[in-house]
Amino acid sequence: MTTTAKSMQGPQKENTSGSGVYNASEKRYQFFWGVFFILVSIIAIIPILRVISISFSSKDAILRGQVFIWPVGANTDAYTKALKTGNFMGTMGYSVLLMLAAAAINMVMTILMAFPLARRNLRLGGAIMTFCVLTMYLNPGTIPTFLNVRDFGLINTIWALLIPGAMSVYNMIIMRTAFRAIDESLYEAARIEGCSEFRIMWQIAVPLTVPTIATLALFYAVSRWNGIEDQIYYINSSSLYTVQMTLKQMIESIAISAEEGSTTQMTPENVKAASITLSMLPMLIVYPFVQRFFTQGIMLGAVKG
Amino acid sequence: MTTKKPSELRPDRKGWFKPYIAGTWQLYLMMLIPIVYIICFKYKPMIGIVMAFKKYTPFGGRSMWEMDWVGFQWFEEAFRDTLFWKSLANTLILNLGDLFFGFPFPIILAIFLNELRSNKVRKTTQLALYLPNFLSWVIISGITSQIFASSGLMNNIINALGGETVPFLSNTAWWRFVYWFMGIWQSAGYSLIIYLAALMSNDPSLSEAAYIDGATRMQRIWHVTVPQIMPTISTLLIMQVGKVVSISFDRPFMMRNALVTDAAQVISTFVYDKGLKGGRFDYAAAVGLFQSVVGIVLILIANQGSKKMGQEGII
Repeated sequence: MTTTAKSMQGPQKENTSGSGVYNASEKRYQFFWGVFFILVSIIAIIPILRVISISFSSKDAILRGQVFIWPVGANTDAYTKALKTGNFMGTMGYSVLLMLAAAAINMVMTILMAFPLARRNLRLGGAIMTFCVLTMYLNPGTIPTFLNVRDFGLINTIWALLIPGAMSVYNMIIMRTAFRAIDESLYEAARIEGCSEFRIMWQIAVPLTVPTIATLALFYAVSRWNGIEDQIYYINSSSLYTVQMTLKQMIESIAISAEEGSTTQMTPENVKAASITLSMLPMLIVYPFVQRFFTQGIMLGAVKG
Repeated sequence: MTTKKPSELRPDRKGWFKPYIAGTWQLYLMMLIPIVYIICFKYKPMIGIVMAFKKYTPFGGRSMWEMDWVGFQWFEEAFRDTLFWKSLANTLILNLGDLFFGFPFPIILAIFLNELRSNKVRKTTQLALYLPNFLSWVIISGITSQIFASSGLMNNIINALGGETVPFLSNTAWWRFVYWFMGIWQSAGYSLIIYLAALMSNDPSLSEAAYIDGATRMQRIWHVTVPQIMPTISTLLIMQVGKVVSISFDRPFMMRNALVTDAAQVISTFVYDKGLKGGRFDYAAAVGLFQSVVGIVLILIANQGSKKMGQEGII
C-alpha cells in the first residue's frame, strides 16, 4: 500500500526505489516540510482548541489572560448555563431532523431529475438540461426570491427551509454523470422482464450509484446544517430556528446575572465558548468518518457533466 | 403494448411518436415534480425583478402588477446613494483581498505538500485544513471573536509578549485583515484538495527526467510541476474573478460588527438591510438587479477570457 502511495509522489520516487537510503539533503528537505506541515495543521486547529479551552476555564484564569489553547482551572458551569438557555438540546434535535428531512427531499428530487436526464433516448433531455443549467447563472436576487417565497405562503413555516432549496442543479449534474456511467443494456434486460422505469431506477440505478448518492446526501445535509441565510430571510419566530440561529442569538445576547456572577465561575466569554463548542460538537464527531466522502465529492464536481 | 429499444426509434418515420411516448412517459413523469419545482422556485421569482421598476406599496393588498411603474428611479437613487457606492467598493475590496491573499495560499501549500513523502503528514494536514470548511459562519464568527477580540488569543499573546492590545475587530483596516484571514482558514482546505488532485494526475516521469538532467528542486517545481497544474489554477482564478462583484451573505453578515460598518457593508448585506429589514423592496430589488447584471457580464467576460487563453470555458 505504501509503495502505491509513494509512487504517486513523483519527483523523489527514484531515490526511494534505489538504494533505499536518502541523501542528507533530501532528508533535511523532507524533515523541514514535515515539520512545516505539522505546524500548519496545528495552527489550523488552534482556533477550535482555543474555544474549547475557554469554555472549560475558570473565570479568574480568563480574566487574567492566562488561557491560551489549554484550559486553566476546570469549570463546567458555562455548559450548564448554555444548555439551559434557549432549549439547546431541543433545538439540536430539531436541527438534526430538519437536516435529515432536507437531505431526503433533496436526494429524491435530484435522483428523479438526474435519472431520466442521464438516459440517452430522451428527446427532450437536452432542452430540459439547458432549462436546468440556465438557473445556475440567472439568479433573480434576494428580493424577488423573497417575494416569491412569500407568495407561496411559506414565510415563517418550516417549509421555507426545505422547499426553496429542494434541489441543487449542480449536484443534479453530478448525479446524472454517475447514472451515465451505468450500461443501459442493464435497463433493457429489466424492461424485457416487465420492470417499470421507477423500479429500474430504484432497484438497478440507485444501488449502482450508492457512493455518489451518499456523497451528495452529505453535501445537502451539511449545507442545511450550516445554512442561516434562509432563516434570516424567511423565519422570524425563534421556535423554527436551527442550532446555528440559536447560537447566533445566544452569542449576541448572553448575559450573566449578578447572582450567577457571584455563585458561579463563569464569564459571558465562557458561556459563548461553551455554546460554540456544543454547536460544533456534532460536526467534530462525524467529520473524521465522513471527510473522505467530501474529498471524493470535490473530485466528482471537477468532472464536467 | 411493447416497448421499443431506442435504436428502433426512427424520428423521420411516421408514427414514431406513439411508441416513443409509450417507452418514455414514465421518465417524463419522474421529472414532473423537479420541473415544477424549478419553474416555481427558480424561474417564477424572475418575474419579481419588475419590482425594481415599480413603487412598492406594502399595504392595501395590491398585487405587484397593480403598483405604479417608476422606470429607472431606483437605479438613479442608488447611483446617488453614497452608501450604495460604499457597499459596492467594499464588496470589491473584500473580494479582491480574498483573491490576493486567499488564492495563492492553497496552491503553495499543495505544491509543497505534494513534495512530502510521508503519507501520514499529508493525510493529517488535509484533515486539519479541511475541517473549518464544515463549520457555519455563525460558529466561525464566534471563533473569530475568541481569537481576535481584545481579550482573545491574539491579544493574549501580544500582551504576554509585552505589546499593546491591537483593535483587530474595531479598526476597519484590521477588520478586513481578519475577514480575509478567516476566509483563508475556512476555505483553504477545499482548494488544497483540488490542487492536490491535479498534482496527483501529473506525469511523474517528467519530473524524474528533469531530476536526471540535474534540475534543482525549485527548478523542477517551477518549470515542471507548476505548468502541469496551470489549467486548474487558471480555471479557478477566472471563476473567482468572474464573481468579484457577487458576495455571499453569511460571511460578511456574521463577520461584521457595529464598529466597522464602513468596511463591512457589502451589496448583499445592503440589500438585506434596505429591503428585508427596512421594507424598501423596490429599491433593494434595483440594487440586487444591478449586481446580478454586472455579475453575469463579468462571468461572460471571464469565460471568453478563459477560452482565449486556450482553456476550456467554465460555462
